[in-house]
Amino acid sequence: MVLPDYRIYEHPILDFKRGRRVKFYYRDKVIEAYEGESILAALYAVGYRVFNRSPKLGLPRGAYCMIGKCSSCLSVVDGVPNTRICVEPVREGIHVEPQEGLADIRRARRQENVETIRVETDLLVVGGGPAGLKAALVAAEHGADVVLVNDHFVLGGQLVKQTHKFFGSRDYFGGTRGFRIAEMLSKKIKEYNNIRVYTNGFAYGYFKGGVVGVAVHGEHPLNLLVKAKTVIAAPGAAEKGLDFEGNYLPGVMGAGGAQTLMNQYGVRPGDKAVVIGSGNVGLIIAYQLLQAGVKVEALAEILPRIGGWFVHAAKIRRLGVKILTRHSIVRAIGTERVEKAVLQAYDEHFHPIPGTEKEFGVDLVLISIGLQPDTKFFAQAGAVMKWVPEAGGLVPIRTWGQETSVENLFVAGDASGIEEATTAFIEGEIAALSALLKLGIGGKEVEERRGKLIDFLWNEYRMAPVVRRAREGKLKVTVSEEEMEKIRIGEYT
Amino acid sequence: MSYKEKGYITPEELEKLGLLPPRERLEKGPVVIAECPEEIPCNICVHVCPFKAIRMDKIYEIPRIDWDKCIGCGVCVPQCPGQALFVVDLSKPGQALITLPYEFLPRPEKGMWVTLLNRRGEPVGEGVIVKAWQHDRTWAVTVSVPKDKWLEVRAIWIPEK
Repeated sequence: MVLPDYRIYEHPILDFKRGRRVKFYYRDKVIEAYEGESILAALYAVGYRVFNRSPKLGLPRGAYCMIGKCSSCLSVVDGVPNTRICVEPVREGIHVEPQEGLADIRRARRQENVETIRVETDLLVVGGGPAGLKAALVAAEHGADVVLVNDHFVLGGQLVKQTHKFFGSRDYFGGTRGFRIAEMLSKKIKEYNNIRVYTNGFAYGYFKGGVVGVAVHGEHPLNLLVKAKTVIAAPGAAEKGLDFEGNYLPGVMGAGGAQTLMNQYGVRPGDKAVVIGSGNVGLIIAYQLLQAGVKVEALAEILPRIGGWFVHAAKIRRLGVKILTRHSIVRAIGTERVEKAVLQAYDEHFHPIPGTEKEFGVDLVLISIGLQPDTKFFAQAGAVMKWVPEAGGLVPIRTWGQETSVENLFVAGDASGIEEATTAFIEGEIAALSALLKLGIGGKEVEERRGKLIDFLWNEYRMAPVVRRAREGKLKVTVSEEEMEKIRIGEYT
Repeated sequence: MSYKEKGYITPEELEKLGLLPPRERLEKGPVVIAECPEEIPCNICVHVCPFKAIRMDKIYEIPRIDWDKCIGCGVCVPQCPGQALFVVDLSKPGQALITLPYEFLPRPEKGMWVTLLNRRGEPVGEGVIVKAWQHDRTWAVTVSVPKDKWLEVRAIWIPEK
């Protein structure tokens, strides 16, 4: 049987330089893939859509977040269950099995050969996205010893799939395409011999004395224990899900998940799509779907106004994409995957208006209704958190210098509250400068640079009307050093 | 309904925001129109303009074009991350020339006939490409369009062969 081929060979913006061919096993089949692909991307490229089944009802589970944040693709890789195959690279000869519900941990192959390694460093950076990369580079530039761990096998975070030219200030890569920024920064990281990088490494806990445990996956698994004088955590965010009938069906995917497939791996996520949510993510991805040859039947927004920036909406509107405000999805229809989506009009109280259903024959329903900070690491570390809707949910309280209530633990990027890449770079830089001050490196120059950056971030960049809501959210969780001292001893509410 | 509800801006809204050049200037030769009505934090155009014809005091202000300094060179067209800049030339008889950004396949080539689209993505006629050049994989395509469509045409679609 000839398997279908969803790989993209010609693209207006991207050149997919695929690596060496590798073969691996899925169930009993031999799958041909390319080095540098994730297992999931390789399977998706040849037509697989169901990767797991729900434990009780046996309902199909498809690709969802594609960045290791959800549990939709948990599989068994070489006997190891609960492996997120969306962030696990293909390797020659590995055996991959679908998990079919909950893993039987007792029967899982025991990893007796996992070596524990202890390292010490001035600064540990958790997360190699825009905030983490910038933080590592700024600290290394000043001579600090840095360890950088990244859960994905490729550095760059979500920059790797951003094909549009960035907005914002030229000082922070404005005008450059996101994936190029990732390439530039990753290359720069390699130039510093005072930065040690562990990819495929998941920081699982922050322990007494500033020791962070990192599970490094792959051929040679490691239990890495990093004793760090300072820690900057920038684990990013995850896409929010949406409640509607049939939302479990494969084909219902985070919009960013589809973006990972088409822009990072060059795999066309489907033929026809509806996009739910008109924030910048939804608008930009609708445009990129068109570039990848996917038809966008409609983009729905439950509010009366488009959520993202007008210029992004104009780009898809003038190519004929319908933007349906006061609309959302009520139902996805299909058995093993999405075959149809039903959208409906909503009134000002967010009640569906009967008789306004519109049916679309699509194989993709892409959800882009917002992001949620990934703050598990901070919660586990015991940082004082606050629920701030404008920031996307629960986020750690921090000082102007990005330090949390756990001394010497800093936060930067989307995990500190949802914004975008420019602010992530700036927050990463501020956090690194704060860490340097703690380490006693740099002194006055560092302090001045930090002051200027904080001023630009809060008093100019975030003053733009379109981002002011995010600014207000962040104001609610940003405190002075004195207030933070009170929070630490429990005297401040 | 404003542009934020519809996803496209009307000539009336552009006029009201002072984003359209005066008619006499348009007839003199090529000039850029910034269809960038929202205060977003971005100032790429200010930096890339070789003639310093675009002004912005704070990073989030709406770009203001100095119609006398702008020569309509189009350098900014493929560099605007919002793809919101268009060069219009009404100085030739019969046809108007519009330079617009394009990031799709097939590749545009001089002499190609293309479908002209308005801001709502509706086909409003056919035009011919008179010039096409690239900056970092974004094309700046100059198309010849019927003169009365200069304020309407804002995209092209090249049918696959």
